[in-house]
Amino acid sequence: MTGQDNLRFAPGTVIEGKWHRQRYQLIKWLGSGAQGTVYLGKSGTQTVAIKLAKDRASLISEANVLKQFEKLQGDPLGPSLYDSDDWLTDRKTIGFCVMEYLDGVSLEEALKKKPFDWALVYVLQLLKQLQQLHDSGYIFGDLKPENLILMHPGHSIRCLDFGGATRIGRSVREYTEFYDRGYWGFGSRRAEPSYDLFACAMIFLYAATGKRIDRSNNPEMQLLQQVKMQPKLIPFRKVIMNALTGRYTTADQMRHDLLHVIMAHQRDEKQAPLRSTRRKRVVSNRENWRSAWLAASVLLTAYILFVIIYVM
Amino acid sequence: MKKGTLKQILLITDGCSNQGEDPVAMAALAKEQGITVNVIGVLDRYDSEDGRGLQEVEAIAQAGGGISQIVQTRQLAQTVQMVTKQAMTQTIKGVINQQLQDILGESGTVEDLPPEKRGKVMEVVDELGETADLHVCILVDTSASMKNKLPTVREALTDLSLSLSARMGENQFCLLLFPGKRKSVQKVISWTPQLDSIERTFDKISSHGVTPTGPAIKEAVRSFESVSRKTAIYEDEHEAYDDGPR
Repeated sequence: MTGQDNLRFAPGTVIEGKWHRQRYQLIKWLGSGAQGTVYLGKSGTQTVAIKLAKDRASLISEANVLKQFEKLQGDPLGPSLYDSDDWLTDRKTIGFCVMEYLDGVSLEEALKKKPFDWALVYVLQLLKQLQQLHDSGYIFGDLKPENLILMHPGHSIRCLDFGGATRIGRSVREYTEFYDRGYWGFGSRRAEPSYDLFACAMIFLYAATGKRIDRSNNPEMQLLQQVKMQPKLIPFRKVIMNALTGRYTTADQMRHDLLHVIMAHQRDEKQAPLRSTRRKRVVSNRENWRSAWLAASVLLTAYILFVIIYVM
Repeated sequence: MKKGTLKQILLITDGCSNQGEDPVAMAALAKEQGITVNVIGVLDRYDSEDGRGLQEVEAIAQAGGGISQIVQTRQLAQTVQMVTKQAMTQTIKGVINQQLQDILGESGTVEDLPPEKRGKVMEVVDELGETADLHVCILVDTSASMKNKLPTVREALTDLSLSLSARMGENQFCLLLFPGKRKSVQKVISWTPQLDSIERTFDKISSHGVTPTGPAIKEAVRSFESVSRKTAIYEDEHEAYDDGPR
């Protein structure tokens, strides 16, 4: 994109909406993406997140989606939207929206720090959220660890960036190549629940390998090979394959299967130690025999020596 | 109600034209006929960014009412589909602005509406972008310096076709390469709904030193005549089919 840094403002800058006349203070730069820049801000005494958009049209679409979700019942999927407005700077008009500030770490960081077991928990949570989202007629679209946040207390997962959310049946608005099934040749970019589930499977792969790979000449085979080669993914191979190939039509199906495998897998681990102690006992028996033989042969040699000396 | 058709020329190049008509004028000519011209300038690591060619990239897009973007070769796929979609939105918004101005007078554009109302207008823009028919004539510069970028261009175009085919509206693509073997421009794929058989098309290309961007744009504009003829036939068939069961 051209002009990457024209949305950087000094901390303390006050912005005022053209329409609603609300004033906000920018406190800290939080991050920049393809669509805009997010700041930590203050509205009176309340801490908020302020997103300044590069392209006002995409911000409006995102605000539309967020508004849609406000009406939904149950666990919140994303941040609440407080305000959306235009800010007139001396040079141009910048669209912005003000949202609830979600405090936590991004899934990207969490996956790096925590053991793989946690990745399972996160994906399970995510699938529950996705089912809710799909029920409301949208898919997330640009699903990736950077767009998900783990709330500080309680480890619950929330979606951060709804810029890619697309109504089911339309074409996916935004995507990231590694998590996109079109890139890997596994299907279209039409917005349907299985599109998000493919990304879920890729989050799994990313959690296990810790890196994003580029596709080769035969991307489909390459991806299936990657999944097969990962020791951590062995128990989940079938679930991941199903998600990659689009065999799950709802997030609930995938969640159900995944949960089933996780529980079964843990039982396996409990059995494993038993088997290994038995093997140890076998080993120790063998060692006992060896020392007995050793003792016997030492006694025998001593006896023979004694007899020879006595005869002489 | 008749659905609209969006017409675009997508020019992928890495430098300056040096033969034939002025490409900027040709882009303006395209715009006159309702065709948007988008330009993508492809660089690799070794190209310097402040060439004369890149200024031309911007000028062509501006005259053609489209979007220009300069990218590194590896970002090409994402950019191609983003530029195409953004240009569609821009065109639709342009039409809506025109209507608003007719209703509200001079100052009425989508941007001047309060956010709530703008949100509703954007819904409509999205809806139209999703359902409108799209005709894209792709122009690829195959001059010598582009040679090692062509595999990526090919991939990006396959990817574009994949992205656009997920839309509800109908798509038509055609692919022109310039310079051509004997003429300045060579049509390698004529109007087709899907760009999936382009693996071999780039192999036969022999690279020349000249870059006739102007004539290429002119030829691209001309190619839209054949698609409208084609779809006219298609619509006839469609009607006949509709009448069948009755």
